Amino acid sequence: MIPYKTKTLANGLKVIVHEDPGTPLATMNILYKVGARDESPDKTGFAHLFEHLMFGGSINIPDYDEPLQMAGGDNNAWTNNDVTNYYLTLPADNLETGFWLESDRMLNLAFSEKSLEVQRNVVIEEFKQRYLNQPYGDVWLLLRPLAYKVHPYQWATIGKEISHVENASMSDVKDFFNRFYCPDNAILVVAGNVKAEKIFEMAEHWFGGIKRSVAERKPYPVEPPQTERRELTVERDIPFDSVYRAYHTCSRLDDEFYAVDLLTDIMNRGRSSRMFHSLVKEKNLFSEINTYMTADFDKGLLIIEGKLVKGVSMKNAEAAIDEELEKLRTGIIKEEEVEKVINKVESTMEFSEMDLADRALNLAIAEYMGDVELVNTEMAFYRAVTGKAMQEQAKKIFCDTNCSTLYYLSKDRSN
Amino acid sequence: MQHILDRKNPPELKQIEKILVPHAEKHTLDNGIPVYIVNAGFQELVKVDLIFTNLTYDATQPLLSSATNRMMSEGTAKHSALELADLVDYYGAFYSTEESADYCSVNLFTLNKHLAKTLPTLREILTEAIFPVSDLATFVLNNQQRLIVANEKVNSIARNKFNEIIFGTDHPYGHISTKEDYKALNRDSLRDYHRRQYVSEHCTIIVSGKISNTTLKQINEHFGDKGWSKSNGQAPLIPAVKTNPERKYREAKEGAIQSAIRIGKKMFTRSHEDYPGMAVLNTLFGGYFGSRLMSNIREDKGYTYGIGSAVVSMRDHGYFFISTEVGSNVADAALEETYKEMDLLRTELVDTEELETVRNYMLGSFIKNLETAFHISDRFKSIHMSGLDYDYYDRYLQKLRSIDPDEIQALAKKYFDPESMTELVVGPK
Repeated sequence: MIPYKTKTLANGLKVIVHEDPGTPLATMNILYKVGARDESPDKTGFAHLFEHLMFGGSINIPDYDEPLQMAGGDNNAWTNNDVTNYYLTLPADNLETGFWLESDRMLNLAFSEKSLEVQRNVVIEEFKQRYLNQPYGDVWLLLRPLAYKVHPYQWATIGKEISHVENASMSDVKDFFNRFYCPDNAILVVAGNVKAEKIFEMAEHWFGGIKRSVAERKPYPVEPPQTERRELTVERDIPFDSVYRAYHTCSRLDDEFYAVDLLTDIMNRGRSSRMFHSLVKEKNLFSEINTYMTADFDKGLLIIEGKLVKGVSMKNAEAAIDEELEKLRTGIIKEEEVEKVINKVESTMEFSEMDLADRALNLAIAEYMGDVELVNTEMAFYRAVTGKAMQEQAKKIFCDTNCSTLYYLSKDRSN
Repeated sequence: MQHILDRKNPPELKQIEKILVPHAEKHTLDNGIPVYIVNAGFQELVKVDLIFTNLTYDATQPLLSSATNRMMSEGTAKHSALELADLVDYYGAFYSTEESADYCSVNLFTLNKHLAKTLPTLREILTEAIFPVSDLATFVLNNQQRLIVANEKVNSIARNKFNEIIFGTDHPYGHISTKEDYKALNRDSLRDYHRRQYVSEHCTIIVSGKISNTTLKQINEHFGDKGWSKSNGQAPLIPAVKTNPERKYREAKEGAIQSAIRIGKKMFTRSHEDYPGMAVLNTLFGGYFGSRLMSNIREDKGYTYGIGSAVVSMRDHGYFFISTEVGSNVADAALEETYKEMDLLRTELVDTEELETVRNYMLGSFIKNLETAFHISDRFKSIHMSGLDYDYYDRYLQKLRSIDPDEIQALAKKYFDPESMTELVVGPK
């Protein structure tokens, strides 16, 4: 149970407060409802680049980090396809420093040319470090455009290619800021040793005067149902063949999310799971195998990815995956299996409420999903899932025509 | 709120006055195992760590201790690996292991309501493991593959190679695992090591979370029996450190588009009197986002996604290192700037405001690192496993509050001589 109080300011900023008198700390989490899905196809990677620029100084404050560190605080941020999230933690006594910093950069940025130039380079190095200079690093750059033909999930948060980051201009930056960095497009969560009434006052004081957005949000293009099997084969300088399957499935917001989430748990969560036991331990076909949902805000993917044991043929490896999928479609999902994965979700939720910053993030995400109370009610949705409901999802999802397969093969056949 | 909106000047700050470090409470089981209890938080969950100090190191089987620790859950006389995993997973609990050159541990995370159901499995794993041949074969195969993939990464190559240079290949801190090391593992040696190592005399238990008045009793029931003791009194046999005296190393990684850089040296452990001061110097230099290295090499030059430095303390030795991955075309420039920053700390006094920022940042981090029962337990573990007591944190906090620019410079002069540093670059030819 995470207790909270909420208030919406006149400019549309949603404020959520979670009081925890047991900690000397306070956390401020600001979620902006913008991510890579809001980018145009010829300017991808922008939401993430913009996240970097949010640390390049705001209209009244030349340096974001230094004053926060002086206040004993620490911060970070992340971007995905749906969300850009900023968070800071500091001693609760110095929380006002957080309000000062966050409200100023929501008000306006400094738009420094130097910061844009440096952060373009930093992000290009990030692109290289995480996607190009790693074995199997570019998998998502290949898999996304295979699975999505219309929806902006067809590109990764880092961007389609380095040139998009290189070409980002100051006018793009200003336009993006004006469209998305507004109080009515944000959720502010304050958690820790604080009093809700005081926080609402501070929020009004620091954020109340910031203007609403004038831009209209366009609906996202809807990905049409996939009707044919898709595949792509690449060869790379990597030691072992891998296979990645992407099946279209529901979004994080759909009712069936809980059944699909538990289905992937039965398949692949932990060492007692079906796929791990059968494909890794018993048959020695894969050295690693994972199954998970992307859990996006629009219709997402169910991913099965595995690294083959050296010498195993792709045909045998895939046949073994298919056999497991067939068991899910036609066999029985036992009561104990269902109980097991539900118990796991229950304890995972409990563990995820230990850290103050995690509680604050959970509240922000629940609010973005449409109802902050979901933070306390989702467990009931998981408990209501039956083996039969999971099987129905398995039948719906695991069809060849719903699947995009990436064969990521080792160039060196001798290894 | 009545005050006017002043956006130019930062709000007034309160100094962090008193910091209370919650102590772990010591108990002893019937068989003498020390149990340290950290009771904090309101979530109904608990973590049980059983820590075993590594007693032997056999250079012909460098992976013996870590493989034994990781393989214990792969089967007992009563249950297969799958059944053991099921016994833990069914209750929503998590079983994990940790391995280092100094000690290995097994950890159980569970909701309090399932502690009684999961502790028997933990005990069975610890004392009745049989290391089935087929599970070992899978373990060896999959870890060899993982090793080969890791060796494709410039960062992993640099980390391993650097430790080997600093500590020597015969020392557990410096040895680089190979495919052959995995091949050398066999069931008999694992079983033998397991029998000698996992006995009550070598065990320390830390329990953290929301502790009830029956928790300790439950722990004693499952781990306190006197039968679990077969010590042979063997003393740890650790080879000497052999640091390679060469200063500069280049390793080629074909096809790389970034170079991994490591610069550093062997240093002391946490018990050394200069350690707390070095922690401050390191933070200022490369230990936080506002550090000299990040400000210069990332935020000014844009050479890298990240650069950092750290002082690491293990049981017998420590080391200092700087680490980054940079575009290969700017690797030389990044090296030059790094040494320049090192020199600057030796030749110029730091600004008092910068030092104040570092001080406050570190005090804030210290509080944050005591946030949950698991954090408090980690703080205890790091001093306890280095043979220190809570007065270490008194010394640390005292140094953090008192250190001045002169002392920072004196430490930099003493430890940041570029001539004393080993430099390694892994990148394209």
